[in-house]
Amino acid sequence: MTMILGLYNYWVVIVLMMIGFYMIIAHGNLIKKIVGLNIFQTSVFIFYISVGNIEGGSAPIWDESIILYSNPLPHVLILTAIVVGLATTALALALIVRLNEAYGSINEDEIQAMDNQDMVNHSLSNQHRDQEPC
Amino acid sequence: MLAGIYGLVSASFFVVMDAVDVAFTEASVGAGISTLLMLTTVAMTERTEREARHKPLLAFIVVFITGIFLLYGTFDMPYFGSVDAPSHNHVGPRYTLDSMNEIGIPNMVTSVLASYRGFDTFGEVTVIFTAGIGVLALLGVVRRPEDNSVIEAVNDSMHEQHLILRIIIKILIPFILLYAFYVQFHGDFGPGGGFQAGVIFAAGIILYSMLFGLNIALRVIKQPVVQLLSAIGVLMYGSVGVVSILNGGSFLEYAVLSDDPISGQHLGILLIELGVGLTVASVMIIIYFSFSGRSEYRQSKEGTSL
Repeated sequence: MTMILGLYNYWVVIVLMMIGFYMIIAHGNLIKKIVGLNIFQTSVFIFYISVGNIEGGSAPIWDESIILYSNPLPHVLILTAIVVGLATTALALALIVRLNEAYGSINEDEIQAMDNQDMVNHSLSNQHRDQEPC
Repeated sequence: MLAGIYGLVSASFFVVMDAVDVAFTEASVGAGISTLLMLTTVAMTERTEREARHKPLLAFIVVFITGIFLLYGTFDMPYFGSVDAPSHNHVGPRYTLDSMNEIGIPNMVTSVLASYRGFDTFGEVTVIFTAGIGVLALLGVVRRPEDNSVIEAVNDSMHEQHLILRIIIKILIPFILLYAFYVQFHGDFGPGGGFQAGVIFAAGIILYSMLFGLNIALRVIKQPVVQLLSAIGVLMYGSVGVVSILNGGSFLEYAVLSDDPISGQHLGILLIELGVGLTVASVMIIIYFSFSGRSEYRQSKEGTSL
């Protein structure tokens, strides 16, 4: 019982992380992949913050009457990671928008199929050109 | 919508675990801007997902096995909230015990962020700036004046419907921006700082441009100015470091900025947080403007081709 109470925070993190992981692997839709990546990211945030927590500690803002604080270091790391995460998500979404403009699809398989088709066409036309002088 | 709620719930998670600064950031980022960007992208691409998943069973097995291994790993982890966990035994106590004497500001998160780990934060600000440039390069649209009449007509017809919202937002926006400044300059004493303030400030501007249209917002906030400001923020951060080298210290050593080491630290942290706030706010505004500018550009293109 103490083990369950002592470790449940890690288990919550693992469940969230695996949900995100599954979304990244299984979904072909690129936006869904980004959503999965965000869930994965949040699980890491929760992991860090829960590691930094101390039973009975208070928020790390100095006051004379408080003797025990939570560890401020994970807070700093995650605070900046959240904003950086937003910036990188925005970059990924911008890439998706441009992909959609170029291919008319945000589905990974369809984009791959179009790329393969292009490659086949390209090599065919190259072969054609090679044969022409003969 | 669900993503917004998810962001808010994880923010309240962080409050429970005593991480007020983090909760602050997550509430403004997770519940606000990131949801907005997701929705914009969905609106610009496809609304429905086609039934195409790569072997869901195989993926599930991979995920399941990874999960089992991770679960096995947790049995060696220290219990939640225990004081003697390894993470609390190295630099953590130094930060909590000595930061008040060494840096002289009550909020330990700010002193670690801006002073002890100033290099990290500099790197992160640069990453945010680079992401802003990337979005601009991918989605930036050169606006021509003749496009605007079409867009304005669309905007006007749309905005008639939101009269109550517009009036209320008009009253609220000064307070949102004022609050951002409070968070910016009170970050030394309470939860807050450049990152949160930047996001809140940008949220105020984004709210304005959502309800009044991008063109009106662009009239108030010129895009080149915002781009310049985002670069100035990073430059300000770096130049504080250079000035401290010139004063005989090492890079980003604030104690040499003033005769008294403590007031030097205060000055350095204030300037750096200002730089961070500038960059974050202007990059968020750039990102939103590029996204919505792109969608309006496409709407107007579709409108003329029809």
